[in-house]
Amino acid sequence: MTASDPILSVRDLTARIVSRKQIVDAVKGVSFDIARGEAVGFVGESGCGKSVTARAIMRLAPEGTRVELGGSVHFDGQELLPMSEAAMRDVRGRRIAMVFQDPMTSLNPVITVGAQIDDILRRHTGLSGRAARARTVELLDQVGIPAPAQRADDYPHQFSGGMRQRVLIAIAISCDPDLLIADEPTTALDVTVQAQILRLLLRLREERGMSLMLITHDFGVVAGMVERVNVMYGGRIVEAASVDDIFRAPTHDYTRALLAAVPRLDRHGVAP
Amino acid sequence: MSDAAIFSLAGAEPAPRRRLRPTAGRLLLGLGLVMLTILVLITLLAPLVAPFDPSATSPQSLEGSSSQHWLGTDAIGRDVLSRIIVGGRTTLFITFTAVSLALLAGLVLGLLSGYVGGWVDEVIMRILDVIFAFPVFLLAIAVVAALGPTVPNLILTIAIVYTPAMSRVVRGPVLSVKKWDHVEAARSIGMSEWRIVTRHVLPMVVSPIVVATSLTLAQTIFTVTALSFLGLGPPPPDPNWGGMLADARQFMELAPLTVVGPAAAIVFATLTFIVLANGLREVLDVGSER
Repeated sequence: MTASDPILSVRDLTARIVSRKQIVDAVKGVSFDIARGEAVGFVGESGCGKSVTARAIMRLAPEGTRVELGGSVHFDGQELLPMSEAAMRDVRGRRIAMVFQDPMTSLNPVITVGAQIDDILRRHTGLSGRAARARTVELLDQVGIPAPAQRADDYPHQFSGGMRQRVLIAIAISCDPDLLIADEPTTALDVTVQAQILRLLLRLREERGMSLMLITHDFGVVAGMVERVNVMYGGRIVEAASVDDIFRAPTHDYTRALLAAVPRLDRHGVAP
Repeated sequence: MSDAAIFSLAGAEPAPRRRLRPTAGRLLLGLGLVMLTILVLITLLAPLVAPFDPSATSPQSLEGSSSQHWLGTDAIGRDVLSRIIVGGRTTLFITFTAVSLALLAGLVLGLLSGYVGGWVDEVIMRILDVIFAFPVFLLAIAVVAALGPTVPNLILTIAIVYTPAMSRVVRGPVLSVKKWDHVEAARSIGMSEWRIVTRHVLPMVVSPIVVATSLTLAQTIFTVTALSFLGLGPPPPDPNWGGMLADARQFMELAPLTVVGPAAAIVFATLTFIVLANGLREVLDVGSER
């Protein structure tokens, strides 16, 4: 294996979501690579399969459903799809971590944020007691929580949305994952806070050399964040290009439609 | 959501701990706790508190209240107050043990069927539905009559009778909590399912379970005394509240205290857990789904 091998290589990935009521082919053959240290954006409308693709990589199924996966997910020399559930649990959180959309509900409301970070450290790094505590405070500091030693003992409801998203990011980076999947990490946040969170993700990625898979429906978010963009529609990648090319010369009609849908201040027209 | 909750979400600053104001719920909970303390203390210290040996007979039968026998004596001259105090041990022991067993079974079955879902859920709930479909007393009488009226049988019977209700109380909230984002987030960091259940699901459903347990205790006291009254309780001569009522009812006109005493004890114990349950419900902010 060389350094130029992609950390993640997905080929013909399919995901069929089977629930009691219906069967949905959410991802219909998706292929892409993410290089080491690279940031790749996935853009598309709701229901285009971008979140399911991310969860398929981590082999997470929406509650109450079963997901049948096909194709291959090659991660750092390992094939993830045939792996046992126990082996997969060692990958989740340690090698591949995820930041979720809604920071208000993604933390356990009855456990202090410090204890929630301790949990993942104990699970994957073997740190415990005072060492885990020190690392927790350090992580909270790295994601920009003021007075981290005191705030570690606070409960999620004592944090604002942006601060909670920082906590979730602290949990995600706690075990130095190789790949961070951020699923609409700023959608639930105010615009000003969005910018702070994106800057934080950008900084952490550079400091740690993590790869980043950034999922969003907002072209404004990918602009300064990623090198390459995959545009998804109807469970397929319809356009894959560098971020510059996407903005300068979108080739696919759907990409053009998406870009046209971004509201602009310098143009008159009906507000979306 | 209450105004207070919205307010505490809005600020990033940690809210200063406010002093607890005496709301109706807190007063109710306080009253319930005081009553529970009295009940538990008297029961635990029964041999020390009781003025007489509860089984010692005397020639003074069916006496009224006196400075010696506060609640009089029964048909064979035993002190009614002492029998109530010591009899509470039997009744409450059966109640607590049975409800603990029902709670344990309810937790296991409710978590299993709620969290695992699918056919596991179907099988467990259908079996419990069958038990649920029987009237409580009919089922209890049938089982005790079949197995024989001993204390262990009584405990087992009552535990079986209340297991379906406890399982349902656990299962309901588990069904919704398992869909919450923090459960998926826990899964995404590699937590095992066992750890997710114990750390991220169970703590969220504690409140309704606590309230339901307290209510079940109240019901069970009633069930235990009723079964004892019907002669399916623990065998004599050890006193218990239901049995005392049954013995005394023939002499109700002659010595009303022999009936009023144990009846009052049953009412007090039942009321304790009802008051406690309502106080807990208010304080823990449990929705009134039941």
